[in-house]
Amino acid sequence: MKGLRSLYIQVGIGLVLFILFAVLINNLSINLIRTNLNFSFKWLYRPASFALAEHPLPYSPSDSYAWALFIGWLNSLKVIFISLIISTLIGFITGIARTGRNPLLKIIAASYITLIRQTPLLLQLMFWYFVGFLSIKGTLIFPNERILVLSNQGIKIFGDINLTAEYSSLVIGLTVFTGAYIAEVVRGGINSVPRGQWEAFRSVGLNENSGVLKIIIPQALPAILPGLTSQYLNLAKNSTLAIAVGYADIYAISDTIINQTGRAIEGFILLLLSFLFLNLIISLMMDFFNEIITKYQKV
Amino acid sequence: MINPIVSANELVKTYSKGLIALNNISMVVNKKEVLVVMGPSGSGKSTLIRTFNGLESFDSGELEVVGITIGTDPEDRKVREIRKRVGMVFQQFNLFPHLSILENITLAPIQVQRKNRIEAEDHAMELLSQMGIEKQAKKYPIQLSGGEQQRVAIARSLAVNPELLLFDEPTSALDPERVNEVLDAMRKLAQDGMTMVVVTHEVSFAKEVADRVVFMDSGKIIETSSPNVFFNNAKEERSRKFLNQIIK
Ligand SMILES: Nc1ncnc2c1ncn2[C@@H]1O[C@H](COP(=O)(O)OP(=O)(O)O)[C@@H](O)[C@H]1O
Ligand SMILES: [Mg+2]
Repeated sequence: MKGLRSLYIQVGIGLVLFILFAVLINNLSINLIRTNLNFSFKWLYRPASFALAEHPLPYSPSDSYAWALFIGWLNSLKVIFISLIISTLIGFITGIARTGRNPLLKIIAASYITLIRQTPLLLQLMFWYFVGFLSIKGTLIFPNERILVLSNQGIKIFGDINLTAEYSSLVIGLTVFTGAYIAEVVRGGINSVPRGQWEAFRSVGLNENSGVLKIIIPQALPAILPGLTSQYLNLAKNSTLAIAVGYADIYAISDTIINQTGRAIEGFILLLLSFLFLNLIISLMMDFFNEIITKYQKV
Repeated sequence: MINPIVSANELVKTYSKGLIALNNISMVVNKKEVLVVMGPSGSGKSTLIRTFNGLESFDSGELEVVGITIGTDPEDRKVREIRKRVGMVFQQFNLFPHLSILENITLAPIQVQRKNRIEAEDHAMELLSQMGIEKQAKKYPIQLSGGEQQRVAIARSLAVNPELLLFDEPTSALDPERVNEVLDAMRKLAQDGMTMVVVTHEVSFAKEVADRVVFMDSGKIIETSSPNVFFNNAKEERSRKFLNQIIK
């Protein structure tokens, strides 16, 4: 009886999937025929004819769609790379504070982690952009013009590095968000180190900070790395929320291009491939670290 | 008159669930003395010697170690000063698995005492040959037998030239045939005049090396005697019962 019922359910699910897939293919071919578009990537060489506020390399609207996409890629990398580094720092510092002995730091770390993990990232990004930057009246100066200036235009560091409000709020939002998750990963890793190691470093006279850095963290790393990798992959994927604050990342630019050209299928294929590629690089990098660490620990 | 290395007065420690681990402990450890602490499992032996280097705090009483007084709410600075001058050897060795044997031993001299590396390594090699394991210097803890690891742990605790060494059941985690190599190393230290507090159930070691034996039960010191008296003619009924159990 039970076997029969599960068979029905499986057949049912299979049928639904089949119908969905058929409708999808049908829609696709009808749309392709109706819009008179053939599956092709030739349009990539046509001029993009839209302007971009941020471009690490020279760009003008007369450049090709391909070049615009590449600029989008670079803009994404700019966000992901910096966020990756800063969120790692925030995550380690918070994770260590969370397992440390200072009660005040412990409470601050715990509240930060809870607050960030209980609210949606999209909301946080909007907060940093609209409340954090756009609402600034005039300029905020820390401690003088040559160090750090905040305004609704963004951040100015050392008088000559200008970061737009869009870029800044995206990086801040992503790092603050990812940092909280990395902190939990770090805490788990630290807790996996036997208590005897803490007693041993204390009893030879090391202070808490050097003990944690030299004795505990190296032993926690193998347990931290897998979690860290998945947080990095999430960070890369989450960076596509750039569109919410109007930052021209690869996703936002693809979106514009798809709207202009109607090349949704080709556009999404390119987008998917680029993220697949990016995440592969991150995974390979982390595998490499992992290998170094495990080799070094086995000796 | 010479001050004792450790002097404890009416120490009390209660763990969270109302369990009294130390119940009014008063005792001294004199310079160059070997004190053996015995007692059934859970009697508070570990807790006692761990208060001596600040790994455990206590609720009331007074404690002075190597001339430094620590209270119930000790300052980090004082506790670290004590730890720089008191070594500890654990039942589970607790070597740092990601550091080589040599690095395990030179860590504290370099990081804490700010010795230069060459000097620290020379001293470490000297200690390793004193322990009979100088050939293992470049290896990692996992590559050594338990007895060798424990001898490394002793060398590590000696590296800062401590005034007092604390041992918490240093041979309990060893295979029987590995026990003597560690006890021999400890005998030598005792002959060289090291002040030691040793929690152990090794009767022959206690008979031969101890100046005094402290017997604990339920967080209290029941008896403090010379080994001769303790093992042949213990004063307290509870001591005799315990000895019957471990000697069989
Ligand atoms: N961290 C702890 N939390 C609660 N109880 C503890 C802790 N450490 C030890 N105890 C308890 O304190 C008593 C004394 O323990 P311990 O000093 O380890 O005894 P011994 O070393 O003589 O076996 C035991 O009853 C033990 O269960
Ligand atoms: Mg014990």
